[in-house]
Amino acid sequence: MTETTRKERLISDRNDWTFELIEAYDREIGRLAAEFRLDTYPNQIEVIRSDQMMDAYASVGMPIGYHHWSFGKHFVEVEKGYQRGQMGLAYEIVINSDPCIAYLMEENTMTMQALVIAHACYGHNSFFKNNYLFRTWTDAGSVIDYLLFARQYIAQCEERHGVDAVERVLDSCHALMNYGVDRYKRPSPISAEQERRRQQEREEYIQRHLNDIWRTLPVEPKQEDPTEYVFPSEPQENLLYFIEKHAPLLESWQREIVRIVRKMAQYFYPQRQTQVMNEGWASFWHYTLLNSLYDEGLVSDAFMFEFLQSHSSVLYQPPYDSPYYSGINPYTLGFAIFSDLRRICENPTDEDRQWLPDVAGAPWLDTLHQAMRDFKDESFVQQFLSPKVMRDLKLFAAVDDDTEDAIEIAAIHDESGYRRLREMLSLQYNLGEREPNIQIVRANVRGDRSLILQHSMTNRRPLGDTADEVLRHLYRLWGFPVHLESVDNGRVVSRRSCPVEDER
Amino acid sequence: MSYVIDRRLNSKNKSAVNRQRFLRRHKAHIQRAVQEALRSRSITDMDRGEQISIPARDVSEPVFGHGRGGRRSIVHPGNKEFVQGDRIPRPEGGGGGGGSQASNSGEGEDDFVFEISQEEFLALMFEGLELPNMVKRHLQGSDSFKRVHAGFTSDGTPAQLNVVRSMRTAKSRRLALTGGSRRRLREAEAELEQARAVGDMQQAYALEAEIEKLRARIGRVPFLDTYDLRYNMQRKEPVPTSKAVMFCLMDVSGSMDQQIKDMAKRFFLLLYMFLQRSYDRTDLVFIRHHTQAKEVDEQEFFYSRETGGTVVSSALKLMSEIIDERYPTEHWNIYGAQASDGDNWNDDSPICRRLLQQSILPQVQYFSYVEITQREHQSLWHEYARLAERYPERMAQRRIAEPADIYPVFRDLFKKRMVGA
Repeated sequence: MTETTRKERLISDRNDWTFELIEAYDREIGRLAAEFRLDTYPNQIEVIRSDQMMDAYASVGMPIGYHHWSFGKHFVEVEKGYQRGQMGLAYEIVINSDPCIAYLMEENTMTMQALVIAHACYGHNSFFKNNYLFRTWTDAGSVIDYLLFARQYIAQCEERHGVDAVERVLDSCHALMNYGVDRYKRPSPISAEQERRRQQEREEYIQRHLNDIWRTLPVEPKQEDPTEYVFPSEPQENLLYFIEKHAPLLESWQREIVRIVRKMAQYFYPQRQTQVMNEGWASFWHYTLLNSLYDEGLVSDAFMFEFLQSHSSVLYQPPYDSPYYSGINPYTLGFAIFSDLRRICENPTDEDRQWLPDVAGAPWLDTLHQAMRDFKDESFVQQFLSPKVMRDLKLFAAVDDDTEDAIEIAAIHDESGYRRLREMLSLQYNLGEREPNIQIVRANVRGDRSLILQHSMTNRRPLGDTADEVLRHLYRLWGFPVHLESVDNGRVVSRRSCPVEDER
Repeated sequence: MSYVIDRRLNSKNKSAVNRQRFLRRHKAHIQRAVQEALRSRSITDMDRGEQISIPARDVSEPVFGHGRGGRRSIVHPGNKEFVQGDRIPRPEGGGGGGGSQASNSGEGEDDFVFEISQEEFLALMFEGLELPNMVKRHLQGSDSFKRVHAGFTSDGTPAQLNVVRSMRTAKSRRLALTGGSRRRLREAEAELEQARAVGDMQQAYALEAEIEKLRARIGRVPFLDTYDLRYNMQRKEPVPTSKAVMFCLMDVSGSMDQQIKDMAKRFFLLLYMFLQRSYDRTDLVFIRHHTQAKEVDEQEFFYSRETGGTVVSSALKLMSEIIDERYPTEHWNIYGAQASDGDNWNDDSPICRRLLQQSILPQVQYFSYVEITQREHQSLWHEYARLAERYPERMAQRRIAEPADIYPVFRDLFKKRMVGA
């Protein structure tokens, strides 16, 4: 290609954006994305000012949120950080909705806008639409409507019952938000399944009424020991759901607020479980798509330099001993795994054939799509983290045991450590591992109505100091005494109560 | 399929409500910070925002999380020298090394620090305060009016004729009424041209006659008609009196030392700032006195020293004179603030009371007296107390013993009175 034809093909040669240019870039990126079989919701690209970006940021990415002081606190924090130049604003915020809403900041250059379009509007968007967790847990089509409903409902409650009363309920719900999801039970797919369930309910209904007839017959008085009766019959992991359904003293508007927070928790649940994959996928595609644009001669060298500069700063992983280190950068890890997957498909080495026999030499696009669709961070790392990525990132595992006087290096990126390292990293992304396992084991419905929760300890790890505070929130919602027992190997290690019990 | 939407013109401050909620929730802390600032700041720079710091524990949003202890393993990047089986000493405090995870919201020890704007600062400072009678005067301030423009009307006096509007309606009326004729005129003229070119003289004559008639018809439409006329409409609106004058009266006799004066100054300053926020314009009159009263400028008022006895009535007399001379009550809201250490010539105190009662209290919105002393009250206080009892809505007095008392006293003096009580 000669210099002149190359110049003619450029979408633009200046770095200021216009609406026409955004559309032109979007058209080209969209065309390439379709060639790579990225299946997306329609995009709604919104251009906003930086202060609006701060607003969006503060409301944790919900385009329409109810009012709560904690969002105000986030806003104050973001504003402070931004004004002092301690942090830049995120280049993009994208919302899992149909159409998929992505924000572009007006201060950005055209290159950055194109980067965001590729990253958010095609990367994240296709992830939202296709990953199994998002498909199971969220309904992109109705989320905006639900947010709108939630906001209006809570505003109404504030009018009727006062801001303080509503704020108290919300505070308590927020404290328990992470326990508002059925972690181990998946929501069942609707339609046919639902039909069947309904029918079952009808049957049960008839059954109950039949039983009623039998009840009029004299029965032998059953020995009823109140301590024997166990409710709930199985431990409940979804604390908010249990509160919503069984808290004795809540009024119906309070139950509805509990439900709203629970729904929010459910909506954000997949995002918390797919951070590495989601960011990795989006980063892989902005990189691939923009490089394809360059290969077709649609963007200039200057464009690529600017793009690569911000690409590499986003993907920078500070080493563990750097003052900037704050854990593994999900962008880096995700991008590394997806990029390496492609390499393994296209140019497998002997090592790859040994470690990932199914992937080595397979068609790369199919493999990547499948990896994106059917995994979450935990299983994704377990399945696809290759020795090469471990070597490149120089991963190592440190075990900190309070019965030992030193930290032990359990595994490093070498032949004997790969497998162990991979397992440990995978475990690190297991939500069940990251958060204490706390379940409701008993509600004393026939006695003093107290609620008993059990914290099953893993590796003897105790609860953090905030647990007492959270317990107070739980007590506020439940209305009767709440007890939390930490259990290690069947033995109660510690017991917290709210209200605090007298020393006996 | 993509839509690009420009949202930049959307309303600002979507988070304003949430921010207000946040401030409201932590009001106690913020209020405390504001009061601290009031005490410690130099008087001249009250007019800016303030940095608020709240203990992190109070703003935390607690969640269940793992605490320290037990056995845990973490994968880190960037290995340099470790090999499997190495044992390294536990880093103190868990800094960047092997120990800590990304910080838990509960663990940060630092205070949560943020800034409130000057406006928020002042609003908090004056929160719940209301200068007595101010509202009343606002509503009753019907003694002065302002004419305001209130659109146009079709009748009025010639003096109020709006020429531009009238001409505009006239022009549009002319255009509307002559539209048909003018169109026909243009056609006829074109036809005439054509007829002349062809040489059809008869047709040309007929057309010329028609053109003449059309022109006459157009000409008959009046250039300006009575119903074109538009007049400016004006409405009388009552103007609330939005000017205030504040009289600062202070005893500068020998018994008043600089420390007492400083306290008085803060009190005056608070009052002044409050008035400034409430009125468009606020004048200050400084009157100092020992045995004689004198109107002075601010510098002299606060910082010059004199000695001598104390005759308070001289200051009140001067204040009354200045009001009569320069500040007619129908245009000015008058506030008086007097600071003293309580000393007065014993025989003078009843005179002060009479002066206040007869010539000052009827004219002022509010008169406040602060006594800066730690001693027993003297006769002036007792005389004033009788007045304050009789006119609780116009007069108040308090004692200030130390600087920390100033703000509470100020709040107390101007506490929002219950409406309709």
